[in-house]
Amino acid sequence: MPESLLRVLTCGSVDDGKSTLIGRLLFECGSIPDDVMLALERDSIRFGTVEGGVDYALLVDGLEAEREQGVTIDVAYRFFETPRRRFILADTPGHQQYTRNMATGASTADLAILLVDARNGLLDQTRRHAAIASLLGIRAVVLAINKMDLVGFDKTVFDGIVAGFDQLRSRLGDLSVTAIPICARDGDNVTGSSARMPWYTGTTLLAALENAEPASRTNGNKFRFPVQYVSRPDQSFRGYAGTVSSGTIRVGDKLNNVASRTKAKVARIVTMDGDLETAASGRPVTLVLDREIDVSRGDVLAADPSPTVADQINAWVVWMDETPLFRGRAYQFMLGTKMVTGTITDITNRLDIDTLREVGVRELHLNEIGRVAISLSHPVVCEPYSQSRELGGFILVDRLTMGTVGAGMITDVRAGRTNVYWHQMDVSKQARAALNRQKPAVLWFTGLSGAGKSTIANVVEKQLLAQGHHTMTLDGDNVRHGLNRDLGFTEADRVENIRRIAEVAKLFVEAGLIVLVSFISPYRNERVLARESVEDGEFVEIFVDTPVEECSRRDPKGLYQKAYAGQLRNFTGVDAPYEEPLNPEIRLRTLEASPEELAAQVIEDLRDRGVIA
Amino acid sequence: MTLRPSHLNDLEAESIYILREVAAQGARPVLLYSIGKDSSALLHLARKAFFPARPPFPFLHIDTTWKFRDMITFRDATAKRLGLDLRLHTNPEGLRQGINPFDHGGAYTQIMKTDALKQALTEGKYDTAIGGARRDEERSRAKERIFSVRGPGHTWEPKRQRPELWHLYNGNLAPGETLRVFPLSNWTELDVWTYIQAEAIDVVPLYFAAVRPTVIREGQIIVIDDERMRFHPNERPVPRLVRFRSLGCYPLSAAVESEAGTVAEIVAEMRTTKMSERAGRLIDQEQGASMERKKREGYF
Repeated sequence: MPESLLRVLTCGSVDDGKSTLIGRLLFECGSIPDDVMLALERDSIRFGTVEGGVDYALLVDGLEAEREQGVTIDVAYRFFETPRRRFILADTPGHQQYTRNMATGASTADLAILLVDARNGLLDQTRRHAAIASLLGIRAVVLAINKMDLVGFDKTVFDGIVAGFDQLRSRLGDLSVTAIPICARDGDNVTGSSARMPWYTGTTLLAALENAEPASRTNGNKFRFPVQYVSRPDQSFRGYAGTVSSGTIRVGDKLNNVASRTKAKVARIVTMDGDLETAASGRPVTLVLDREIDVSRGDVLAADPSPTVADQINAWVVWMDETPLFRGRAYQFMLGTKMVTGTITDITNRLDIDTLREVGVRELHLNEIGRVAISLSHPVVCEPYSQSRELGGFILVDRLTMGTVGAGMITDVRAGRTNVYWHQMDVSKQARAALNRQKPAVLWFTGLSGAGKSTIANVVEKQLLAQGHHTMTLDGDNVRHGLNRDLGFTEADRVENIRRIAEVAKLFVEAGLIVLVSFISPYRNERVLARESVEDGEFVEIFVDTPVEECSRRDPKGLYQKAYAGQLRNFTGVDAPYEEPLNPEIRLRTLEASPEELAAQVIEDLRDRGVIA
Repeated sequence: MTLRPSHLNDLEAESIYILREVAAQGARPVLLYSIGKDSSALLHLARKAFFPARPPFPFLHIDTTWKFRDMITFRDATAKRLGLDLRLHTNPEGLRQGINPFDHGGAYTQIMKTDALKQALTEGKYDTAIGGARRDEERSRAKERIFSVRGPGHTWEPKRQRPELWHLYNGNLAPGETLRVFPLSNWTELDVWTYIQAEAIDVVPLYFAAVRPTVIREGQIIVIDDERMRFHPNERPVPRLVRFRSLGCYPLSAAVESEAGTVAEIVAEMRTTKMSERAGRLIDQEQGASMERKKREGYF
């Protein structure tokens, strides 16, 4: 019976014979049932690439689309076991555009098999794979040099590749490497030794996997317990469900709820198999404490010394989305069981995977890896990734598509705002607004250039003023003359532009004013950011809906003419996108009414919302 | 606790973590309970994950009306014994039209299983469905995420799956999306049986060898469960010592000849057997990629 579980990442490029190797391992370990073998023989004739033989690659190239194209396009998980061990293989594609899949597979792996085609030696691909594996914390690598039959089983070829990898290793940090010459198609040195390579006396691939040390849970003996779920079936029971991420806990031990700096002792360690006296890392349990302290999902219970609580972090981020990562963008930030909003405050360097050198950049594109600074909406208990995969690895989630767009590894937590405290003032926003007999609000006019935003906002403000209300207008163009004059029109600068405007609007709201913002603001993401910077109900998104044809006909500043002539780049509606609001509070169709009528519509709406009386 | 291979501890811990994430993240989860061995293991894990509370979600069984009688008996007894919030759904339209596996072939699976499941999920406004599928069952399953997002109409787009790193499961959904969650993703059939043995989990008696009336069709052993069975000319029931490795609707699930009458004997048989468990599922064999197509259409 298997004694332990080992998670293995396999990586190599399309032609290295990776699928063949995995198919071979599964076959040799008896994981292929007879009927599947029959289907394989049938498929080998139809799709196979091995002349007159069984193509083991077809066992693992799962999706129909990939089998027809003859490449693997996603992460696949395979299982097999030997009498000593149960294995989970994460099989990831090698070609460049799928770096994100490799990072996915590497995130849980104990060991990586790097496959090299003996004929080609070390490719950029191999360097890239080694770098990603190392970055994601894999410390054991098997360098499987395949297709030795095609280089005449030549020892010097093998030695040359091993020497090349040794040079690379010095730049990857602490990495233990086992190099094995194999021929996956025929099985040499995969599960049994090879008569054709008598010069190689080392271990077979399977033996290397069986003997590898599982990646030790880092963090040593420090007890860490991220609370996953608060269990309250009735009045008499309150427990905190979670998995011990490191260390050991005993009944009677003192614990800190790190974020709230409260303390309690463990009263019970509950499982369905009965209460436990002690629980070690990896064990799912429910903890009952000896006194009521405030604990909720996302909190971390820890023994001394407690981990840090930070709202500013630096991290390596693997970017996984078609839309690039810019400074100023905000995402949902998931770490452990905690979810907060994370705003990108800086992007400094990109890691050039081929040279392993860092290059200065301001944005990250799909499959790039870079150094990023993130500011969090709430403090989070976290640790450097090198100390804890559980409290140091995070994902970024797009707030509109809800897709996972980035994965990060914390390099260091910064004191940053941790030492800048929010000063609680006695005079509140409500008090200031009450004096003005109005509710503070942001009227956010968005739409194309020339849509009529400023014209309508101007009429609205005059009417508000006439009725005795206190207002302030922020105009996109005007702000660029002062506060934002250091910013251009690239996507990254637009994001920063809007962040600053949202912050200024927020200050005016604090002052109790009705703030009119007239601003193209083409991206939904940034408008969401602006909306979230004020309280619920304070943000009124007003979509000034004018078709681009009409805007370019009006062209009050002659900008469309320049953009169409190619003299102006990144112009919204021409060569840069405008993402229409999906659910604006107010939609103004300018083709159907005059600015005065539309302004009246806004005033009416503000009355309905109770912003003005 | 029974002595067991230690890798089961890791698999159990991972599944419990996943189930707790669903409860913590999903607004309206439901566990799809199909009565088979995987569902039995999944139910057991759900009980462990939330003990001393009951699992904080209902259990849903899609009843095609063609399940083995023993399965229904077992389902109702289990629900009663454990006090489960069990909900049943049958496609009313399919029932009215008398859709059955003898006359309607592939359409039967589509209407009574796939469509019925979509109806039940939509009507119950469930945003997350927990299922017992495993990655080792079939090639396309090997590539599916543990938290697997379905687009409008419950469709699966294999090329647009979210990256899934560490144990960070992104359960956030955009409008129109729903989630399928597979806590047993990393288990094999053998793991499930050794776990059932170690934890003394009850399973449907059909998994154990017994003499049952059978006929042979297309090389498969079909067990006759009730009077609705239709015989071909000259076909007579023959008693055989058989058991099931996989349970579905009775005329579509084939049995295997076996003498394994206990869980321990099943585990021993598993270690030497050379046929895959889905070999007994007639619907999966049409073409190599038939499962991927069914999944894209919303089959579980």
